[in-house]
Amino acid sequence: MSPAVFQLASISAKFNYWIYIILMMIGLFAMIAKNNLIKKLIGMTIFQTAIILFYVSIGVKEGATIPIIEYETLKEYNSQKTGYGAKPDIEPQDYDNPLPHVLMLTAIVVGVSTLGLALAIAQRVFDQFGSLEEDEILEELTHPKPAKEPANG
Amino acid sequence: MAEHAPVLIVLSPLLGAILVMLTVRLGSVAAWVIALVATATSASAAIATLGRVLQAPEGVIRYQLGGWAPPMGIEYRVDAINSLVTIAIAIVGFLSILYTRSCATIETPSKQPQFYALLLLLMAGLSGVTLTNDAFNLYVLIEICSLTSYGLIAMGTRRAVLASFNYVIIGTIGASFYLLGVGYLYIKTGSLNMEDIRGMIAANETLAASATIEVAFVLMMLGVWMKMALFPLHGWLPNAYAYSPTGTSAFMAPMVTKVMVYVMVRVMLGVFGVDYVFGSNWANVASVLATIAIVAGSVFALSRRDIRRMLGYLIVAEVGYMVGGAWTATQAGMTGAIYHILSDAAMTFCLFLAVGIIIHRTGRHRLDAFDGLFQKMPLTMTLFVIGGLSMIGLPPTCGFISKWYLVQGGIEAGQWHFVVALLISSLVNAILFFRIFERAFFRDIEFESLETHHDPEKAATVLKKVPLSMFIAAAIAAASLFVIGIFNHNLTTWIRAALVNLNL
Amino acid sequence: MQSMKIIGGLAVIVTGALLLRASHDFPDWGDPLSPANDSQTSNYFLENAYVDAKTPNVVTVVLGDYRAFDTMFETVVILTAGLAIFAVLGWTQREDIKDAAVLKAVEENPIIGVTCRLLVPVIQVFALYVLAHGHYSPGGGFQGGVMFGASFIILALGTGLGSALKRFRDTRALVVGAIGVLVYAGIGFLPMFLGDDPGRNFLDYGALKEILPVEKESMARSHAILGIETGVFITVSAVMFAVYFLLASHGRTKDSL
Repeated sequence: MSPAVFQLASISAKFNYWIYIILMMIGLFAMIAKNNLIKKLIGMTIFQTAIILFYVSIGVKEGATIPIIEYETLKEYNSQKTGYGAKPDIEPQDYDNPLPHVLMLTAIVVGVSTLGLALAIAQRVFDQFGSLEEDEILEELTHPKPAKEPANG
Repeated sequence: MAEHAPVLIVLSPLLGAILVMLTVRLGSVAAWVIALVATATSASAAIATLGRVLQAPEGVIRYQLGGWAPPMGIEYRVDAINSLVTIAIAIVGFLSILYTRSCATIETPSKQPQFYALLLLLMAGLSGVTLTNDAFNLYVLIEICSLTSYGLIAMGTRRAVLASFNYVIIGTIGASFYLLGVGYLYIKTGSLNMEDIRGMIAANETLAASATIEVAFVLMMLGVWMKMALFPLHGWLPNAYAYSPTGTSAFMAPMVTKVMVYVMVRVMLGVFGVDYVFGSNWANVASVLATIAIVAGSVFALSRRDIRRMLGYLIVAEVGYMVGGAWTATQAGMTGAIYHILSDAAMTFCLFLAVGIIIHRTGRHRLDAFDGLFQKMPLTMTLFVIGGLSMIGLPPTCGFISKWYLVQGGIEAGQWHFVVALLISSLVNAILFFRIFERAFFRDIEFESLETHHDPEKAATVLKKVPLSMFIAAAIAAASLFVIGIFNHNLTTWIRAALVNLNL
Repeated sequence: MQSMKIIGGLAVIVTGALLLRASHDFPDWGDPLSPANDSQTSNYFLENAYVDAKTPNVVTVVLGDYRAFDTMFETVVILTAGLAIFAVLGWTQREDIKDAAVLKAVEENPIIGVTCRLLVPVIQVFALYVLAHGHYSPGGGFQGGVMFGASFIILALGTGLGSALKRFRDTRALVVGAIGVLVYAGIGFLPMFLGDDPGRNFLDYGALKEILPVEKESMARSHAILGIETGVFITVSAVMFAVYFLLASHGRTKDSL
């Protein structure tokens, strides 16, 4: 690893990447190491949110505004009645990069869908094994308790 | 409509799934018929696309979605390789839906329309993954494949639910790594179009040498490896395929890992380019991992008693074949890997279909189900033998041809560990399958006769006789092993031409 | 379990080191001239979005037009999730409905009941506003759809799942969700049958000029974006509610879709 990573100037100019990495590692650790299935899913959400944070921070421009074209610019453009091919007077530096926002809208939706399905599967696991703790489930698998009827058939 | 064929490959199963959901009241037969029609349409669109690809100059056709030229819009880039993969997806989909009807009525009686809709969506996702030329679009479609797979697996028995949960965790980490890799590429190149990114990396040496691109490459590879269950990231696969409904494993086992192998090849050659990938230090790491996967998969398969788990570990070994072949950095090895995508899809499909019939007929899922089966079910056992022989690699089946190319690639590259692993694995497969053949030929049926099940609960889950639809599907799968084997010259010529187009 | 902690720790250290290795190579935060921000795509989107689709909100144009294919599959992802959750949890035997305690209407609490009745229409009207105004301000099909779905969830929380299901039949939710995707894909299919043979590409809305009362292709695009956003809205709101009631009732609502 290059020592440049740990220089203060580098850290302060890129602190957003540090934060996303820390968040992501918290999520990854929870997904792998936690015993409770719901805690794993909480880790999964943190993990995905960290990636969203990373993407959105790619698109930030210093001093720029949201990517919706200003009303004044458009009024001027519409009043000009110029021919085909004319463009409104837009300086791209004034607006944030729209693409990461679009991509992350998709990623958010995917994350929510995955979480919903994972919760449903966790419910089924609870119905079948009577527990959400991974070690207890494995115990139940190897030495099933005879008396307990699973709630969902 | 021929110009729109590439997009129709993806859209017809998608529309089929929507139609199934809208007509859910009409019952399972309607859903089954719609699913068959949708997959047949997809297959014919895929074949039409292959025809156009072979006539096209340079062997590539492009389809701009929304009419926007890349890199602004999303584009489909179809060459001989991915049109062959989509044909495989569509045909395997068609046959497994044909096959599933009888077991779905037993396993998921009240949810058949949902089952078919999910299967169709999975097909749409897989074909979309193969065709797209946009790195982010690939991610969205991978997630469609994942969500449908989680659902389809969790429809199985109680251990399947747990396997599905593990798959959710591993699959999400894998897909997120891929997404992160795309982000790393985007932050340095500002583009999402695969060819655009490749052009920038090839043209700019400082970019190619930067740490960001290297990390992006590692992340994307790790993500795809998790999805394709490369050893030691294979944990989710055997249980998921062993406990899911028969129709699910019949379609997922041949296709999902294979398509992910294709995605790996696409990322290697299409996004990063030959010079970057094989010039990096990672080639040896991947090759060694593949060797370990082959040996470990074979050894685990040998020690398993449950038939479908055994086949699951065989898939782990086969994934090693393809990864190793792709990383030999030779044209022969890559051709072998891609040819093996097709032939392994056919082999696993044939084996899973035959095993599915046997499990449903005997009501047993361990190796003792095979005892004396040649007397009782000679035709089904013949299909199983054909699949097994192809897995071992005997000519004229396709398993022989793909091993031939893989070994040739390994020798050319001087990767002797890979060659040795391939031979060991063939040997293990031979032991594995001849052990089963021996049971089927020489042992007597020890358990109660197939016709008289006294346990009424068990009798309900056993088929009285092999339905024609199941047998036809399995027979076509077995025949395709010979077809792919005999027409290997045409297939490899097309694959080689497409590889030359990708600078290999 | 101790071993999983060690594996997790190792994975975190390795991945973290890998990610940190690249981070010093990144452009500074907020740099307007970074490769991504000053790229061909980003600048093209900002400069041409209004010319191409007569919509000031660039994100909406990229979402609904330039990368409409992504967005269509994003809608399919939502539908898939709803369908898969039903397939996993859905409980279709009628006997189980009786003992599903969640379905019994909760005791009527006048304060909560009245608040919900007042709140729900306001939320729904605002959701429609967010959908319709997505061309000019942050918003669109997803955001509006989530709000619309949330209005049913509030109803379910305040007055009991049973009374919410009376207003939005659970048997219909996934069918409605499928209709939303059908609206999206249908608008995408239309251009294939318009224009000269063999027709324009899938999702090429400009071709809709022929059937919409507009003069320019850009206006046709603008209207088509509203159309597909409506499809997204329908799917998202229906599936949001479907996911809620399936998870909340343990899947033991009435039969089939």
